[in-house]
Amino acid sequence: MGKTFVEKVFEDRLKREVSIGEFIEIEPDLALANDITAPLAIKEFKEIKRPLLHPEKIVLVEDHFVPNKDVRSANQAKILKDFAKEYKIKNYFQIGTGGVEHALLPEEGLVLPGDIVIGADSHTTTYGALSCFSTGVGSTDIAYFMATGKTWFKVPESIRFIFYGRLNKWVSGKDLILYVIGKIGVDGANYCSMEFSGETIKELTMSDRLTMSNMAIEGGGKSGIFEVDEKTLDYIKDKAKREYKIYRSDQDANYRNIYEFDCIKIEPQVACPPLPSNTKPAKELSHIKIDQAFIGSCTNGRLEDLKVSASILNGNKVHPDVRLIVIPATQKIYKEAVKEGLIDVFISSGGIVSCPTCGPCLGGHMGVLADYEVCISTTNRNFTGRMGSMKSEVYLANPAVVSASAILGRIAHPDEV
Amino acid sequence: MKLIGYSHKFGDNVSTDLIIPGRFFHLRSNLNELKLHLFEDVYPNFIEKINEGDFIVGGKNFGCGSSREHAPTIIKLAGIKAVLAKSFARIFFRNAINLGLLAIEADTDDIESGDKLIIDDEEGYIENERTGKKIGFTLLSPSIKKILLDGGLVEHIKKHKRIIL
Repeated sequence: MGKTFVEKVFEDRLKREVSIGEFIEIEPDLALANDITAPLAIKEFKEIKRPLLHPEKIVLVEDHFVPNKDVRSANQAKILKDFAKEYKIKNYFQIGTGGVEHALLPEEGLVLPGDIVIGADSHTTTYGALSCFSTGVGSTDIAYFMATGKTWFKVPESIRFIFYGRLNKWVSGKDLILYVIGKIGVDGANYCSMEFSGETIKELTMSDRLTMSNMAIEGGGKSGIFEVDEKTLDYIKDKAKREYKIYRSDQDANYRNIYEFDCIKIEPQVACPPLPSNTKPAKELSHIKIDQAFIGSCTNGRLEDLKVSASILNGNKVHPDVRLIVIPATQKIYKEAVKEGLIDVFISSGGIVSCPTCGPCLGGHMGVLADYEVCISTTNRNFTGRMGSMKSEVYLANPAVVSASAILGRIAHPDEV
Repeated sequence: MKLIGYSHKFGDNVSTDLIIPGRFFHLRSNLNELKLHLFEDVYPNFIEKINEGDFIVGGKNFGCGSSREHAPTIIKLAGIKAVLAKSFARIFFRNAINLGLLAIEADTDDIESGDKLIIDDEEGYIENERTGKKIGFTLLSPSIKKILLDGGLVEHIKKHKRIIL
């Protein structure tokens, strides 16, 4: 019997065979925490009273409540800054140098194929797009890693998702992953490593792949893995500053389940509240009026997302009843968007553009919803109250659908603009 | 060990946003104040209905969403002795173990709010006094149980210097 990607990564590190369901202790290559999760990790690490083993493997990113929302969030962020200074952590990113963590780490070349990455943030699955095993953990896990350089895992089963056939116009990685979650449910891949493959996957850009791995967690996935191909190698070639290793699942590997999707049947998708699995084709939701449209986040705040949004908004005006908020996910993306004239398009259409932050996605700041307001968003979660009031609603979609909706004041298919 | 307590029943897909909304992040350094908001958006004043030793009972995919560790932290701090669910979202399960909160996967369909439950975590069953039925569950692996019994990962490492797997 062959081995899956995750079995190969674990076995290569441990130099022994592993079995599904077994608990293992392993040394990750990188551990990430942000301004929400790092303060608790730091407090617990100090409680353990041990030296910091691998400062070079720690990444601290301020992104959720920055620029500091209020005194309390300022004090949270300051804990990261002080800790980074005290322990000489070079991969510490505050505003001006960083951005939204899961857009930032791939861009900085900090995550590479074959890596094992833990992050105190559920969307750490994002880096699976680069063919590394990366998964969300808790703050205590980060504290434990700081003190020991290790973490524990249960060896997961894997599920394979094969995509074939041509992609319809306006269908992106976001639509594929929403479609998958709609089919398997929000716990359909719970505890499992999801693997994305098939001829259509080869056609997807890295940006689309990052979006899909990012949302693997919304199907319960422990990770969302893509195989390395020319596009992966091209993406990392100027970014990688260290060695990496390529692993591929064997053809006869053991999967808990294998799903096949004919992409020609997939239209632009929208996930209706209150779960990412409540998916419907955008065309069926044209009666839903919106108050806010948000383009950004670790899911869809990359340059490619801004480009497709600008292509739709260019020459159009945002509907008078709608607030359009655009947030480039990192400083580099922001700078590039300025250079390419995209920011001009957003502002000319009546939208606002803010500096990188996770803010609106989690109802933190910079776009919180009032009672009974409806938002269409390129983010990853539409749980009740996620973006503000418990009486507000969030619909999830790709940047093209969100842009078209911003213009028409209701959920719209990009072809309608 | 046998645990005896009363059930507080919830449905499927209870997210960490529902357990403790993100908007209370600023109370995270003050856990005793944070715990007052436990499940507040679902049941106002829920904290007042909890007695020491009670159980939270969920359906499928309990604890989904954000990795926020404060969710299991304040459940434990509120005096809840175990969380029972048909399945757990993996990060919640992981955090519960790391913080020393017993998380049991079992068929919870027949359990209602207010049921008196007896949990035997050595034999692996939940006895429901109201129905008179016993629900079996798979025991945690001995290594994971050790972390739990030590009171979580931080206490575990202070005691053993490493994870004993």
